[in-house]
Amino acid sequence: MKPYLTSLRAIVLREALRFVHQRERFIAALVRPLVWLLVFAAGFRAALGISIIPPYETYITYETYIVPGLCGMILLFNGMQSSLSLVYDREMGSMKLLLTSPLPRWWLLFSKLAGSTVISILQVYAFLIIAAFFGVQAPPLGYVTVLPALIVAGLMLGALGLLLSSFVRQLENFAGVMNFVIFPMFFLSSALYPLWKMAESSELLYTISLLNPFTHAVELVRFALYLEWNIAALGWTLLATGVFTALALWGYDPARSGGARRGV
Amino acid sequence: MSGLTVSGLSHAYGPRKALDDVGFAVAPGRFCALLGPNGAGKSTLFALMTRLLVAGEGHIEIAGFDLSREPRKALARLGIVFQQTTLDLDLTVRQNLRYFAALHGLSGQDADRATDAALDRLDMTARADEKARALNGGHRRRTEIARALLHAPSVLLLDEPTVGLDAAARRAITDHVHDLAEEGITVLWATHLTDEVRPDDRLVILHRGRVIADGQAREIAGEAGLSDRFLHLTRAEA
Repeated sequence: MKPYLTSLRAIVLREALRFVHQRERFIAALVRPLVWLLVFAAGFRAALGISIIPPYETYITYETYIVPGLCGMILLFNGMQSSLSLVYDREMGSMKLLLTSPLPRWWLLFSKLAGSTVISILQVYAFLIIAAFFGVQAPPLGYVTVLPALIVAGLMLGALGLLLSSFVRQLENFAGVMNFVIFPMFFLSSALYPLWKMAESSELLYTISLLNPFTHAVELVRFALYLEWNIAALGWTLLATGVFTALALWGYDPARSGGARRGV
Repeated sequence: MSGLTVSGLSHAYGPRKALDDVGFAVAPGRFCALLGPNGAGKSTLFALMTRLLVAGEGHIEIAGFDLSREPRKALARLGIVFQQTTLDLDLTVRQNLRYFAALHGLSGQDADRATDAALDRLDMTARADEKARALNGGHRRRTEIARALLHAPSVLLLDEPTVGLDAAARRAITDHVHDLAEEGITVLWATHLTDEVRPDDRLVILHRGRVIADGQAREIAGEAGLSDRFLHLTRAEA
């Protein structure tokens, strides 16, 4: 068991070091949700009335509503960004180093996933602290209960990133994937508006949003932050994690990579 | 037992055949040069030998372990120097080696000891705490060779390790790896430069995905000298 833990620690640590070295990335990761919270939400609160929906027990401000969605946004961007680093790694060769280690490949990829999730979660907490300073606070215990939800949601989005990186060969293609994955996932979810609002304008978009695993990740975080369980959201998120992980492992299977991935 | 055997290896990228029934064996502790012009299939062969790809047909045996049946045992005995650098430039030489040690399951004192020994072997101890970015090409290569030897592999694969180096660094690294073979490590050295091959080396010439010559370099070279002979062989086949 020891070699497994040794490699896990080293991979997570390296991921963290890389993150520390890329200060711009950290700042960008924090500024992005803050702009949404402080600018976008301020403009939108008048336009959008939020009724009392679970897990909230009273009327809430729009800022309060979107905080879990913005936590989801951090996890989503970070999941994609660490897979961007995988594509980059693969071109730069350090992925080769990882994949030629004698440990099982699934473990190495899982370690990488764990590393990116740890970093995502640290960013979410940094964001939650700043949001609290600006008056958007959750129950104190919520900051603890949200942790397992963040882990599950982070793993799910990290696994999605891993999956994409196994099928994307070049960085240029990746930019396209970002546009076709991040934006639809984010906007077709409950991150910015409750889904019943969506249902009022389009039944189809509502259905798509309901199927979007990102919606469930956001709801999982939202409920956990307010000390409530959302079993359905947890189930959907775990299911999506399982599917994405399985497909990613398949994508990184050396026997499959024949014609498609010369570069590796 | 501790050598390298490749047999009946074929691999295709879609309709294009990159390797066609490639086979050769390197005895333990031998230096074998794999010579081939660009596009001969060397990189594909390396990807197969390091299990980044899995071959359509054929077998690879590393230190007595079949790569497809016992991949982890085979990889544990394999040291690899890739053509492009795989160092993390933001980390120091020592951190790079420690990271690699961890990927091989070494930690604590074992990792320290292995790292120090590897650095010492390649005369890199003085630069251990420099960032990889600060090293010149020759020293980066040395670091990578040191790293590839860290887990005491019995087979060492190097994919055009002298690309981009100046003449002195090229010579130093070629000499050093020959010494490693004398110490008992089985070496496969891919190159397209004939002057890196010594007359006593084992030589395999790869061209268009097939082995077109296999034997001792001196014998293959004959009267004409290796450079002319290599040009002749690869032109005749073209």
